[in-house]
Amino acid sequence: MSDLLLTISLPHFLVVSFLLLAAGISTMLTKRNAIGILIGVELVLNAAAINFVAFNHYGWPGVRAAPAIDGQMFAIFIIVLAAAEASVALAIFLNFYNNFGSIDVERADDLKA
Amino acid sequence: MIVLAQQVASHPLSPMQPLLFYVFAALTVGSAWAIVLSQNIIRMAVYLLTTLAGVAAIYFMLNAEFLAAIQLIVYAGGTLILIVFGVMLTSKNPFMQLVTSPLERALGLFIAASVAVMAMVALLNSPVPGGAAAPAAPAGHDHVARIGRALLSDYLVPFELAAVLLLVVMVAAAYMARRTQR
Repeated sequence: MSDLLLTISLPHFLVVSFLLLAAGISTMLTKRNAIGILIGVELVLNAAAINFVAFNHYGWPGVRAAPAIDGQMFAIFIIVLAAAEASVALAIFLNFYNNFGSIDVERADDLKA
Repeated sequence: MIVLAQQVASHPLSPMQPLLFYVFAALTVGSAWAIVLSQNIIRMAVYLLTTLAGVAAIYFMLNAEFLAAIQLIVYAGGTLILIVFGVMLTSKNPFMQLVTSPLERALGLFIAASVAVMAMVALLNSPVPGGAAAPAAPAGHDHVARIGRALLSDYLVPFELAAVLLLVVMVAAAYMARRTQR
């Protein structure tokens, strides 16, 4: 038991990733502010990136002279896509706010204001 | 400081390593759940900042120091600023609160908890390498040079696609967020 606590290995990082994923999902489901939902999406993307890097480090470490970096490459692309997604989502939210005068997603029941 | 953190984090027998891991994991997960429980959008953005910094520290523990720097620069420096600007542009009162009904809160927390429990049961029943010690990166190993070379060789197509995507996103965001004449 103390060995499990004192030797940090893959399951520890996976549990952190699961808790981050659960926080992201519940943020997406419970927030009424559209930007809050965007923050939940960012949490889920971070959980996925932690998984990629942790599996790269422990599951497929590569040869000792040159550790594998494929999981890190995936995480870099996740960060790029998250930045792109955040900018488009915020542009949509600004448009929504201009049309409806509110950022509450409960009021987005109409395609044309 | 980065070199020191990397040495502490990558040394498999260092007693500091579990302690650092638990501190940063608690910071990350704690502030992520503070986002869930908070009702104020400005506070949520600040908690997101600490979550992103904690994730960067976790990348350090996984010997991915370049990724940790990218995380701090792009996420904490770029995306988070974008989110704060979005908050300021889309609320008449930035401390406005949109309260969720208790039933919806309970339902969301239940769904999230069941996803987490399902993932942990799957983890317990799967043959992941359990107590394997992390292989330390050899001295003189340069992640940044290898990542740069990989971006222009093995990952050239995704790299160019990301470049085109960023251009398209920039044009689309500027077009959609323009001020419309009324």
